[in-house]
Amino acid sequence: MLAWTIYITFFGVLVLMLLPRDNARAARIVALLTAIAGCVAAFAGAIQQPHPGEVATITKLDWIPAIGAHYYLAADGISLVLVVLTGLAAVSGILFSWNIEKRTKEFFAFFLALIGGVYGVFLSFDVLLLFVFYELTIIPKYFLIARWGSTRKEYGAMKLAIYSFVGSHLVLIGLIAAWVVARGQLGHASLDLMELSKVAFPVAFQYWVFPLVFVGFAILAGMWPFHTWAPTGHVAAPTAGSMLLAGVVMKLGAYGCLRVAMVMFPEGVKMWQGEIACLAVAGIVYGAGVALVQKDFKFVIGYSSVSHMGFVLLGLATLNTIGFDGAVLQMFSHGIIAGLLFAVVGRMVYDRTHTRDFNDLETMQLGKLLPFAGVTFVIAGIASMGLPGFSGFVAEMQVLMGAWAVFPKLTILSGIGILVGVVYTLRAVQNGFYSDAPPRPADPDHPLEPITRPERFGAVMLIGASLVIGLFPGLLMNWIEPCFTSPLSMFGRLLVKGVSQ
Amino acid sequence: MNPVNYLQILQLAAPETIVTLTVLVVLGADLTLLRGKSIAARFNAGALLAVLGCASAAVFAFTRQAGQMEFNLFSGMLVVGQSSDFVKVALLVLTIFTILISTSGKFTDHVGEYLSLILLGTLGLMFLVSAEDLLMIFIALELASLSLYILTAFNKHNAKSSEAALKYFLFGGMSAAFLLFGFSLLYGISGSTNLPEIARGLSGKGTDPLLIVAMVTTVIGFGFKVAAVPLHLWAPDAYEGAPTPSAAFIGAGSKVASFYILAKIFTLGFVGAEGSAVWHGYVAGWTPAVAIVAALSMVLGNLTAIVQSSVKRLLAYSAIAHAGYMLLGVLGNTPTSSSALMFYVITYALTVIGAFGVVTVVEAATGGDAIANFAGLSRRAPGLSLCLLVFLLSLGGIPPLAGFIGKFFLFSAAVGAEKNLGLLWLVILAIAMSAVSFYYYLRVLKAAYVQDAAEAAPAIKVPGLTLFALALLAALVILFGCAPGLLTQYL
Repeated sequence: MLAWTIYITFFGVLVLMLLPRDNARAARIVALLTAIAGCVAAFAGAIQQPHPGEVATITKLDWIPAIGAHYYLAADGISLVLVVLTGLAAVSGILFSWNIEKRTKEFFAFFLALIGGVYGVFLSFDVLLLFVFYELTIIPKYFLIARWGSTRKEYGAMKLAIYSFVGSHLVLIGLIAAWVVARGQLGHASLDLMELSKVAFPVAFQYWVFPLVFVGFAILAGMWPFHTWAPTGHVAAPTAGSMLLAGVVMKLGAYGCLRVAMVMFPEGVKMWQGEIACLAVAGIVYGAGVALVQKDFKFVIGYSSVSHMGFVLLGLATLNTIGFDGAVLQMFSHGIIAGLLFAVVGRMVYDRTHTRDFNDLETMQLGKLLPFAGVTFVIAGIASMGLPGFSGFVAEMQVLMGAWAVFPKLTILSGIGILVGVVYTLRAVQNGFYSDAPPRPADPDHPLEPITRPERFGAVMLIGASLVIGLFPGLLMNWIEPCFTSPLSMFGRLLVKGVSQ
Repeated sequence: MNPVNYLQILQLAAPETIVTLTVLVVLGADLTLLRGKSIAARFNAGALLAVLGCASAAVFAFTRQAGQMEFNLFSGMLVVGQSSDFVKVALLVLTIFTILISTSGKFTDHVGEYLSLILLGTLGLMFLVSAEDLLMIFIALELASLSLYILTAFNKHNAKSSEAALKYFLFGGMSAAFLLFGFSLLYGISGSTNLPEIARGLSGKGTDPLLIVAMVTTVIGFGFKVAAVPLHLWAPDAYEGAPTPSAAFIGAGSKVASFYILAKIFTLGFVGAEGSAVWHGYVAGWTPAVAIVAALSMVLGNLTAIVQSSVKRLLAYSAIAHAGYMLLGVLGNTPTSSSALMFYVITYALTVIGAFGVVTVVEAATGGDAIANFAGLSRRAPGLSLCLLVFLLSLGGIPPLAGFIGKFFLFSAAVGAEKNLGLLWLVILAIAMSAVSFYYYLRVLKAAYVQDAAEAAPAIKVPGLTLFALALLAALVILFGCAPGLLTQYL
């Protein structure tokens, strides 16, 4: 069932390519139906999986026997969480791009191609296959931003593409080296992740190859100081583009760090654990600090993404189950919340007012003109700050608990990041929607278009998801937790024993 | 020596014979039957004949290569075996595609001569692939090169074409002299012109200074053929000035054969003189020389390609860079790395013909090959630009296209060739440079997909045959990327 998420999505791309050029309505409907079908397949497949703690094989076929590559799709609880997230992000992204009029068909074709690649990464258990899907996402990202974006779109798109490409090439170097070493140990060529996760690579080898692969993936996760593509890319992207970038693409990076870099090189992680944690906390604090002083509404959200992704990396660096649980949950939570924030800023505000400058927005009284946008942003802001009741709280709480056991000082520092987060979110709420600056006379010729129905659907869906997980985190934790605690877990080598759980 | 059996020679050289006959038929038909017809008609009829000839030669070679044992005539003058036959098939297929993309050309009215020169070039390359003797290698190489020089000069309306040909010819003549010099030294040291004999003659002599000179001049001679730094200077001019299909032929078929024979000379002829290019483990021999050339080509080719505004020149510098990657396959010096090398070269050649095919069409429609001429291509010719997307992304090494899987084969074979990941430094350089290359391919695609064409630019009409050939090439690039086993089983 889960594999159908990939096939359905790419089939949708094909259908879109064959549609007549000028029929925007048909393109939207095809795209939406495809995304919904993919989302349903993701949910259905996830619910059907009886033991989320184990890796359930979906398909395993020989692909290139000479190098030991398989077409190997499988899923464990972590894949399930992220596949479901991708389904939600795809549907909401399309709802929030309902107003795309320029080359609609191509837009949705690239959009779905990106989504298909993302599903593929989350379900691949062959390293080469994973890498193929991972790189497959770069091209659609580039075109989505360069063609349909705004502020400095070509620059932002190229920067993102190059960062992604450099990152994936670091990964490639590491993978090739690891493939050769593993072949020596196993006696046969293998790219099977399950097999590679049992190979004991020499410690000296892990010492240099782990940072290579980890950083290669972490670039896309927005790890400080390699995060600079993120704010510019997010700002340049069209609304659905930033929703996907923050919502799922950054997760690709974090997922790669966990599933490939850390699983394959556990000794390497242990050697570099402290450095990763430091960079993660630097990202949390730096992202929050920079978000505090932005004049452009979208940059605030862009930097806040860097800050929130820092928690994911911090959780990964803890090497204990509670930190890992928090990291994976934070991937889901941030995917939903950041998507929502970008939807409000990009679609609800910028597409109507054509400005994101706080100085302009202050005089517009958007809270009164667009009450739905105002309320949505407040809710999303509350979720983003990590207030109880929303998914962000459960996730960041667990990350901090996990980190406290290992890096108490850094944990306190990252607490500062959370405080600053509260401040920049409140500032954005106030400046963006509920400012008390003297209002500018409204322009009667260009009244703001009311919030449309697709936007309402999308917003309610995302808020609902965050709320449900915030109130019943067990829904996802039942999938995530067994992955780390089960005795058969592929992450078993990673966990540092003797840390209080 | 056995008595000469002419029937056997004819049998073994049958593909070459078919191509030779095709040359004569094409020339004859163009001189007699097709006289006075329009250029397009002559091109179509001539191309049909040429394609038929090549196809039958290819089918012949392909059907006999399965399960064939190796025949060696006149101590290495003509060696026919499975691998050489498959490379010949690849060469013939590449020639067919080159001819198909030339049919819409308007650069010459000497259609028969043009087509027969392409076929003669192919013939030279086919003999080259079958040779294991220095003399034969040199003769075959010259037959191919002379055809290529003329093909470069074929556009008489364009002064750049003549300039490019002259440059190509002068460089070629000089490198041929180097090659001959090296060969004569080899003969002097080892007492034979046959590659395995040379290896036997060299064994136990250590690294003689004369041998080093011979190796370096051989590297120079072939470095020219494959356009590796520092002998690459002719390439950008030749690619830019030559009629585009000729450039495709230089970049594709000639490269496949040159790399095949280059690997053969080094791995068969210089056994025992490998030396070592391992990081911190340098030993004099041919591998360090090749490693230096490879590193320089990758760096210079990729960095220079960034600033090009002409797509043909960009492809030329990218060809230099790719030659650098391919040399890694020679360096690996294992069966795995040679089959990885051949996979890479063949898929690269298919891709390059495709890319030049797109350039041919765009050039004909817009009058230039600058990146700006590609603006709005996705709207003006959606099918064509989709093909371009496939070709350039494959060159850039994006999965699941053939270029990516080829790089993976090549790099993993090179890393696995030496103990303790000795060649990893070179592979790291190659991968870093391939990340750079992505930028300039993306620049062309940006023009095609992101920028808008000038106002009211009409749709580009792509000739049906060309579009068919390009779509087929794109399909092959995707197919070999997704299922490389289809090709690797023969290599």
